[in-house]
Amino acid sequence: MSFRIVVLAKQVPDTRNVGKDAMKEDGTVNRAALPAIFNPEDLNALEMALEIKDRKKDAVISIITMGPSRAAEIIRDSIYRGADNGIVVSDRKVAGSDTLATSYTISQAVKKLGHVDLVLCGRQAIDGDTAQVGPQVAEKLNIPQITYAEEVISVSEKSIEIKRRLERGIEVVECGYPCLITVHGSAKACRFSHAKRVMKYKYSLSASEAVERNVDMTQAWANKPYLKIEEWNAADIAAEDSRLGLTGSPTKVKKIENVVLAQKESVNLSTSDEDIDGLMKELIAAHIIG
Amino acid sequence: MNDIFVYCEITEERTIADVSLELLSKARKLADDLKVKLEAIVIGSEVKDLEQQLYPYGVDCINYANDSRLFPYQTLPHFSIVSKLIKQKQPQIALFGATSVGRDLAPRVASFLRCGLTADCTSLEIGEHEDKKAGIVYKDLLYQIRPAFGGNIIATIINPETRPQMATVREGVMKKEIYNAAYKGCICNLNVAEYVLDSDFCIKIVARHIEQQRINIKGAQIIVCGGYGMASVKDGFKMIHELADMLGGEVGATRAAVDAGLAEHERQIGQTGVTVRPKLYIACGISGAVQHRAGMAESSKIISINTDPNAPINAISDYTIIGDAAEILPKLITHYRANTK
Repeated sequence: MSFRIVVLAKQVPDTRNVGKDAMKEDGTVNRAALPAIFNPEDLNALEMALEIKDRKKDAVISIITMGPSRAAEIIRDSIYRGADNGIVVSDRKVAGSDTLATSYTISQAVKKLGHVDLVLCGRQAIDGDTAQVGPQVAEKLNIPQITYAEEVISVSEKSIEIKRRLERGIEVVECGYPCLITVHGSAKACRFSHAKRVMKYKYSLSASEAVERNVDMTQAWANKPYLKIEEWNAADIAAEDSRLGLTGSPTKVKKIENVVLAQKESVNLSTSDEDIDGLMKELIAAHIIG
Repeated sequence: MNDIFVYCEITEERTIADVSLELLSKARKLADDLKVKLEAIVIGSEVKDLEQQLYPYGVDCINYANDSRLFPYQTLPHFSIVSKLIKQKQPQIALFGATSVGRDLAPRVASFLRCGLTADCTSLEIGEHEDKKAGIVYKDLLYQIRPAFGGNIIATIINPETRPQMATVREGVMKKEIYNAAYKGCICNLNVAEYVLDSDFCIKIVARHIEQQRINIKGAQIIVCGGYGMASVKDGFKMIHELADMLGGEVGATRAAVDAGLAEHERQIGQTGVTVRPKLYIACGISGAVQHRAGMAESSKIISINTDPNAPINAISDYTIIGDAAEILPKLITHYRANTK
């Protein structure tokens, strides 16, 4: 049996480059103004999976992502970089999921794959920074977790040795399979796309994408099955509706407030020597500095 | 009544970590509001002066799992103890530090208990909630307050139905305050064998190197902090270091600056970094996103140096200098020297 690696990835709004039009006038988030990107630490996780595959030639890497149909973009991106295949878990029922409902949905998808040796994912996604989904998926699969992985020290038939990045140091741990690894941003950056793989897979589409773009893929998929990106809905992963989406999310947003700045009486200074000299004299006199 | 639990972390020196004492200080106030008891969970071995350390923070009960296999921290044994203890004692609130330990442990526990968990809260309050559709009023809920979505909004999160209500809080966000130096609680020694399985020790720690904290911006009285705006200033962070050294302060950085590699992660100030309350905070090239302000807004005096007169940071600054940091920082250094000779 091949060595099965699953990488969990998320397409996220690029919150690091929030522009001035990111908020609508009514105070809600203008998602359309934010570009969608591959969550950065998930790319670190993909690289770690690819490195493991470099060492274990029989490894097969599958990507699982949950999101709307356009999330198939990151599956294609992953395949260009070396992943073998991918699945988009997409269903209206999963909309509004918090981390608990998300981890349930994803763990059901992983279970559907059957035998899995390693699950890798980024430590956290930049749109929430919660770092919860990885450990929660591990719990739902009832497998050990290794968080904040920075480097694979060794991979053997029976176990994997991982260097973890902690707040004030590092730890090297060894764990048998299966286990889940969350990867820290300090791990190696992901390799680029292979030109040959881009050529081979650039026309791959999921079923919903084919519908949205009004392309008939019947013939293409029959001749080249690898051009089809799998899509699973809630029924495909045997999910209980009560544990999905808003219904399955115990955390509720009570209130969202626009940030109101408490205005201070601010003294405006120029860059002139007089102003800066005056500021220093004032701070020294008040015993704040000096 | 259902108590409040705080998971207490053990330092390398086998004392209780500051972040846990800060959480206990906040949890004691919440417990007083709710008129319930405050309980600590301590998992480790040979913890020094456990009772003397914890009781002054108003701890009524210390649940202590003492076993040499339980230090250093490992996910599965700690997870087994915490989740079983919560099932037995049914606390209404459980709080964890948002540290590499707490962020590893709390989500797994929440998943097992199928409870809601809010990460990196900047404030915790007790309040009520009316679900108008269902016609239910929930009393005494924990409001878990945190900036969200790029920091443009502040969200109040609640878990109306699930217990315990779980949250993580970063170090430095809550203030460490002694409740009553003479306070006395009790200790409950857990029989570890009843809580952990041998299979919980399946991960082997091969090596461990924990360094002494090299950078301590939390305790600094003066902080010179650089933002992403300093990336375009030649020797920007070098000047910031120079100014901080001269003033006897520390260098801080925003997340964007840390992500850009301009400063070490330990220097990150804000919601996902450290919260600071220095006497003087000099913000250089910082626009002032909410997440950053969450970590520095309580500084006594704030000076903002920025090319953008509309930067949000200016609104909370005591002094605003609009201009190029490359010009202003050397002037600050020169005039400080001239005035302190």
